[in-house]
Amino acid sequence: MTAPASPTARSADAATAFRTLLLQRYVDLVRHCAALGMTVDAVDTERVRMRLPCRPEFIGDTEHALLHNGVITSLIDSACGCAVGARIGKPQRIATLDLRVDYLRAATFGADLLCEAECYRLARSIAFVRAQVWQGSAETTPIAHAVAAFILSTSTTNSGFL
Amino acid sequence: MNAALNAALDDARAAWRSTGDASALVAHIPYAAWLGLHITRAADGAPVFHLPFRDTLIGNYKLPALHGGVTAGFAENAATLHLLLVQDEPRIPKTVDFSIDYLRSAHAADLQAECTVERLGHRVAQVQVRVIQDDGKEAARRTIALARMHFILYSPEP
Repeated sequence: MTAPASPTARSADAATAFRTLLLQRYVDLVRHCAALGMTVDAVDTERVRMRLPCRPEFIGDTEHALLHNGVITSLIDSACGCAVGARIGKPQRIATLDLRVDYLRAATFGADLLCEAECYRLARSIAFVRAQVWQGSAETTPIAHAVAAFILSTSTTNSGFL
Repeated sequence: MNAALNAALDDARAAWRSTGDASALVAHIPYAAWLGLHITRAADGAPVFHLPFRDTLIGNYKLPALHGGVTAGFAENAATLHLLLVQDEPRIPKTVDFSIDYLRSAHAADLQAECTVERLGHRVAQVQVRVIQDDGKEAARRTIALARMHFILYSPEP
């Protein structure tokens, strides 16, 4: 006969299950992410990796075949939100408080965009996130760097985010 | 420089200035066209940016609320288009950075934006964006977000 799992073990299991849910369903549940064709490639305890496919409709500068910064910001906001969810480890409504993006170099048409976001501090009501974006396998030459703060809802009912 | 594309940009700007029709300019930027953005002219002649609501702009489906990336992407498009309309930039300006403060949750409804060029130097311009929702019920229009963006202005090759 096995001993019943401790509450800590149960909540760790629930957090793992929630991260699996983020990996498999996040994009379907956030409609705009699905519309842009984003995917979640990896979810860790405080870090996620998301991908945005390179599509002609995401071009911002036709003359130089550059992707629009606005769509990069959408990827960053989505990945940052997902990272906060991964760190919390259970469904909770969150909202972006602010977001700042530095565009380090232009994103050229032809390769998918990847964003890795890390929730590096989770306080009682605020989560702090940093993120980096690159193209294809060029992980060492980032296109954008971002920092964001999210506010966590105090509502006990699950009124939205997953 | 691609002469045909730059001539198209000049023509699009001329169309806006003479008739208030900015559809050619929006069509010039594929992502702006994909978002479904359009531009009207305020009483004082300033451009007003509009993003009609559609289902695929939703982030949180239970509230429902617009995706934060939609508000941000719309603000970035508005700032860029504003600069192209009010200045004579010969090409799409490069972006240095972008910052946005979300003041209120954006309802599942149309967005509007108004921009001002707060700084115009030789090399850099700073544009402020106010993103607004007007639910039609109250007189007060709600400011959803305030954003700002730095651009590098075009300079001819030395």
